[in-house]
Amino acid sequence: MQAKTCTGAEAIIDGLQQQGVEHIFGYPGGANIPIFDALLDSSINLVLCRHEQGGSHMADGYARVKGKAGVVLVTSGPGATNTITGVMTAMMDSIPMVVICGQTIRANLGLDAFQEADVSGISFPVVKHSYLIKDVNDIPRVIKEAFHLAESGRPGPVLIDVPKDISTMEFTPNWQVELDLPGFTVPTYADDAAVARVADMLHEAKRPLLMVGHGAVISDAGRAIMQLVEKMQIPVCSTLLGKGCFPETHELSVGMLGMHGTGYANFTVMECDLIMSIGSRWDDRIVGKAEVFCEHAKRIHIDIDPAEEGKMIKVHEFLLGDAKTVIEQINTVVEPGDTKKWLAQVAKWKKQYKLKYKKQGGLRAEYVLDRLDALMQGECVVTTDVGQHQMWAAQFCKATHHNYWLSSGGAGTMGYGFPAAIGGALAAPGVTTVAVVGDGGFQMTLCELSTAMLQKLPVKVIILNNSFLGMVRQWQDLFFEKRYSGVDMEGNPDFVKLAEAYGATGLRIKRAADVDKILKKAFDTPGTVVVDAVVEKEDNVYPMVPSGLPYTAMLLEPPKHKLEKPPGST
Amino acid sequence: MDPTQSTHVISLLVNNKPGVLIRISLVFARRGYNIDSLVVSPGNDERFSRMTITAKGDPKILDQIIKQLNKVVDVIHAVDHTGEVVVERELALIKLHVPADKRAEIFQIVEHFRGETADLSKNSMTLQITGKSEKIDAMMSLLDQYQIHEMVRTGKIIMARGDLDT
Repeated sequence: MQAKTCTGAEAIIDGLQQQGVEHIFGYPGGANIPIFDALLDSSINLVLCRHEQGGSHMADGYARVKGKAGVVLVTSGPGATNTITGVMTAMMDSIPMVVICGQTIRANLGLDAFQEADVSGISFPVVKHSYLIKDVNDIPRVIKEAFHLAESGRPGPVLIDVPKDISTMEFTPNWQVELDLPGFTVPTYADDAAVARVADMLHEAKRPLLMVGHGAVISDAGRAIMQLVEKMQIPVCSTLLGKGCFPETHELSVGMLGMHGTGYANFTVMECDLIMSIGSRWDDRIVGKAEVFCEHAKRIHIDIDPAEEGKMIKVHEFLLGDAKTVIEQINTVVEPGDTKKWLAQVAKWKKQYKLKYKKQGGLRAEYVLDRLDALMQGECVVTTDVGQHQMWAAQFCKATHHNYWLSSGGAGTMGYGFPAAIGGALAAPGVTTVAVVGDGGFQMTLCELSTAMLQKLPVKVIILNNSFLGMVRQWQDLFFEKRYSGVDMEGNPDFVKLAEAYGATGLRIKRAADVDKILKKAFDTPGTVVVDAVVEKEDNVYPMVPSGLPYTAMLLEPPKHKLEKPPGST
Repeated sequence: MDPTQSTHVISLLVNNKPGVLIRISLVFARRGYNIDSLVVSPGNDERFSRMTITAKGDPKILDQIIKQLNKVVDVIHAVDHTGEVVVERELALIKLHVPADKRAEIFQIVEHFRGETADLSKNSMTLQITGKSEKIDAMMSLLDQYQIHEMVRTGKIIMARGDLDT
């Protein structure tokens, strides 16, 4: 029998279908026309973004909800470089993504051809791996490897650069080809002796604490963690990206820790005698001053990435492996614990340092989020952009599903929230998706309103509009004598009219009394809705541990004295 | 020398593909390590290359660099051999401008270090020496008094002793 021939482009699309790809987030250009042509004859839905950065965040949002790689298809040069912010965002947060870029023909590589850029070269610092295909016969192996690399171990983005003459070349693909990755291994279960030592430490601890990070979300460790928590009665704090893996409505949850964590989470961190990180990398936003973070506590670290061992803080035990598998190992060797006294103390802090905000004056962002949380009941996919609203949303919106909370944590990419919601909505059909954004970040990617409308998605955009770049303004307020520089968003458009111009529904909230009514209307109105909540201009986010300082420096409310500039970065 | 700086010898087995060297050098650059010497050669299996890198920087972050190197998909393994007993070699070529009457002294030095003369012309001689890097340093310091025109060193290569793998 004669083997079937096809073009390189057809093989790429065929490979994607074999990987179960449902959606491609893309934008065409000269160098990827053959791949767009092959796409027409496939079952894959093209989500035509309006800017490649938006497309890459959509793929990211899709991947976070679906737990599988999001796929981006862009053209050479500027098309590809526009995705780099999205790729970096995915890299920082360990998101599986496959980015396929058109490239100039091989004969033109390095000759400054039209729309030529050394995209695989540019990608090196921000990808898990990248390929430049020089031989059409490599396509089947490269597609298989790209998905394997993107989705296994610690996930991450993989970029494939495809010269146009490769896409158009006829060949006979061999799909039986094996992966060729001798330098890539995936840790699974941890060393039993180390697990036993950790079990002893857990038994000995009087005031233990679990810190659930994104690794726990990725490995779907929620059920195993619940078992451990209920057996040993250990309170749980969550990182920004770990939210939802352990339900924040559970009585043993203390919510988010860190720079803008809840007061009660941070007091629990300060007083614990054992902290066990499950898939968190002890980011600087979490540890503050790394040298003294939990310095008197036993520190345990579970991670699938060996390079995280000892990177930020010294730990007493490092368990290399998949979070879910390792917690299941621990569950088989631990005995029920008695932590009543400790839990009573934690419960006291929960009452004493309850999240609070001003109710008088103009509309408060926290109030909008508080009411939004009551409306959502944890049943919506929630994305955020980056800034004050992100921290408030993390504090007030209680996540209960492990894959329903999407936020750009490591990279802090403004413009992420709205396109990520488009991807998230596509990954969770029938689930209402809420994008909590600021007036600054929304304007970076709002052109994707067209995309949301075209895909007919139930995305509710809640703009917490204070006409400021609020987080930078907060820092200037606290550490730069209120010398506001470059933070006034004077010139903002009328977001309601803007939504209407795209054919979406636009609503506005100006008074606290209207919040419930208008949020409900937004949820009841089918399709894409933009809510412009005009909030108090100069509210600050508290609690706050100024960057690089120990937890003891936590501000629970506005400081009464002038603050030194913090030693940590940004 | 700055006490926070020390020299390390790292050997790597890597995929023999374009772009691998950049991925590796990026790991060093990002953590502020300066690469002093780097030798790349094909391995006995043509799919892989051997690299020996001598680099200077803060020893506290070297451990992290080794882990980051091992994370690069094209790196099969990366090992720090600093402080281990290894076979270590380097080769240097040294070109001197010397009048004929000084040559006898130089031949003496070359002989002492078991070097050889690789090239000889009317006004110049090119010496070749192999051995440990310290041996080459020692010979260089003796040759300093003459007019050294050019010097090239290959950089250090190492191999684990006995049955051990490098």
